[in-house]
Amino acid sequence: MQKFNRLEGLVAPLDRANVDTDAIIPKQFLKSIKRSGFGPNLFDEWRYMDHGEPGMDNLRRPLNPNFVLNQPRYQGASILLTRDNFGCGSSREHAPWALEDFGIHALIGTSFADIFYNNCFKNGVLPIRLPKAQVDELFAQAQATPGYRLGIDLDTQTVKRPDGLALRFEVDQFRKYCLLNGFDDIGLTLRHADKIREFETKRRIEQPWLFA
Amino acid sequence: MLRTLYDKLWDSHVVHAEEDGTALLYIDRHLVHEVTSPQAYEGLKLAGRRPWRIDSMVATADHNTPTQGWEKGIDGIADTVARLQIETLDANIREYGALSYFPFLDPRQGIVHVIGPEQGATLPGMTVVCGDSHTSTHGAFACLAQGIGTSEVEHVMATQCLLQKKSKNMRVVVNGQTGKGVSAKDIALALIGRIGTAGGTGYAIEFAGSAIRALSMEGRMTLCNMAIEAGARAGMIAVDDTTINYLKGRPFAPREDQWERAVAYWRTLTSDSGALFDASIELDAGRIQPQVTWGTSPEMVSGIEGAVPAPEDFADPVKREGVERALQYMGLTPRTPLTQVKIDKVFIGSCTNSRIEDLRAAAGVARGRRVADNVKLALVVPGSGLVKRQAEAEGLDKIFIAAGFEWRQPGCSMCLAMNADRLEPGERCASTSNRNFEGRQGNGGRTHLVSPQMAAAAAIAGHFADVREIL
Ligand code: SF4
Repeated sequence: MQKFNRLEGLVAPLDRANVDTDAIIPKQFLKSIKRSGFGPNLFDEWRYMDHGEPGMDNLRRPLNPNFVLNQPRYQGASILLTRDNFGCGSSREHAPWALEDFGIHALIGTSFADIFYNNCFKNGVLPIRLPKAQVDELFAQAQATPGYRLGIDLDTQTVKRPDGLALRFEVDQFRKYCLLNGFDDIGLTLRHADKIREFETKRRIEQPWLFA
Repeated sequence: MLRTLYDKLWDSHVVHAEEDGTALLYIDRHLVHEVTSPQAYEGLKLAGRRPWRIDSMVATADHNTPTQGWEKGIDGIADTVARLQIETLDANIREYGALSYFPFLDPRQGIVHVIGPEQGATLPGMTVVCGDSHTSTHGAFACLAQGIGTSEVEHVMATQCLLQKKSKNMRVVVNGQTGKGVSAKDIALALIGRIGTAGGTGYAIEFAGSAIRALSMEGRMTLCNMAIEAGARAGMIAVDDTTINYLKGRPFAPREDQWERAVAYWRTLTSDSGALFDASIELDAGRIQPQVTWGTSPEMVSGIEGAVPAPEDFADPVKREGVERALQYMGLTPRTPLTQVKIDKVFIGSCTNSRIEDLRAAAGVARGRRVADNVKLALVVPGSGLVKRQAEAEGLDKIFIAAGFEWRQPGCSMCLAMNADRLEPGERCASTSNRNFEGRQGNGGRTHLVSPQMAAAAAIAGHFADVREIL
């Protein structure tokens, strides 16, 4: 997986709750059998005025000027501020693939849907949960301050505001360790191959009907 | 120590645990479909790995497959990108193998969450995963069933394990008796209306109570299917006679010489009385009306006796704005009674409501009636080839066709509109599926989630109607 350690970047505020995975990457783009190239279709239905289909030249499509990521001041944003329950809906990993491909490497919000949260870590995108009051303040500051940037340090588990205030966030230690080192999960798990085999042998005896 | 069903399922699958509690969970059943597997197979190939245990895998193509024109075979799939995805799954299964594969056109093909249980490939006490969030469906059989992302699909293929931290326990107790015209779908929607789409985030939900015990396996699957819409990755229901009777004789259920032993074990798959839950919710089944969603999230829901709300009903500013945006997208005016909301299309299908019982319920409403003139299309899409055949044996297809519904081939169809079945911009649909997100059933389409009976009632009336007045 991709490494994540420190990030200093421009912040874009996406001020909606319950942003679902269908909104993050609409289903017509899920027909691809590849892992890359989803960035131009991130938030497709909100970003463009027309209806997007795979294979279109996205550079020629009319942009929706009101959508936050299209506004000049948020060009190049790498941190997305979100509200409650971001990433709800399907298990499609195309959602973090699209975010990452677009250039979003961290998300800050009050809560994320479980499967999406998990999928982010596998793709070097760091989802950060902060208390509502802190997220509200970040929204207010980002909206009021053009060029608003934040510094994120996974090692110390802090988000640093431009005024110097550091906000601490929680993250599972195992996830942190994998992300900091960019470890391949499968490789790590296979170190326990003997244990898995042992477990399986026992299971075969106890519940033989589970094995064809 | 007293344990919940979830605790038991968890404990019995831990192969290894890290210091922070992250565990390697052994996976018994891996269901595979064409949309979330190609990148996982590719990853496997690139790393030179093989699947750990192919006899744990059951695969089908369902998301992209068309629901008509099957006589033309694979050439009937006009969308070449979709076709490539289906052919890619064919090729991957050919190369790597599986316990069972139900490809496009197979008489047993169908929605992955319908065929797993139907084949007896989902059994109590199992861990079940699939690269699909509605894997929660299988929890109806007292197994730990969860949706996973594609990286995890690859991880499970390569290691037979999932890396995970344990969730918290939530119990949803539904006591009392549902009135006529009120189904498992209405219980699910009423629950989500109550706790919200993030209400179950971080939890595994166990459904319990007399109203749950009274549900058939089909109803239980509908309910567990929607657990993910309440934010919970897994929903589950303890084993009882209903579970065991359903499984007996299914193709992958334990053979005779192992059946008694399996049943004895399955009987232990209940929460110990007095086991602790981190959260508890109670619902009174007798007070649940048939439900209709009015917005773009399953929590935006009301009983059929209700009306479209107004943004000012919501105190929280983020919520209020969400409601405003939803009403605008849905083209609804505040305070309109739901029974006055006219529809353009009807979809009866999806892994939530496409099983035989769902089709019987809808056919019961459609029998001897006609789809209203303003309804442009009323689709019935059975969940699997076997459901379709069963329905035809019972003559349900004739009832639907006589009433003006279209009777199609199985698949996900207009639940997510990856195939040709979809809403056009602005079209309003009464749908038995599980998500009313913007654009879910087609760009600009407006989805209202309902039960099969309510969908049939809406088709007949041309607008949402209280099915209790028709029955
Ligand atoms: S029927 Fe709908 S929700 Fe179910 S698996 Fe298919 S697309 Fe997903």
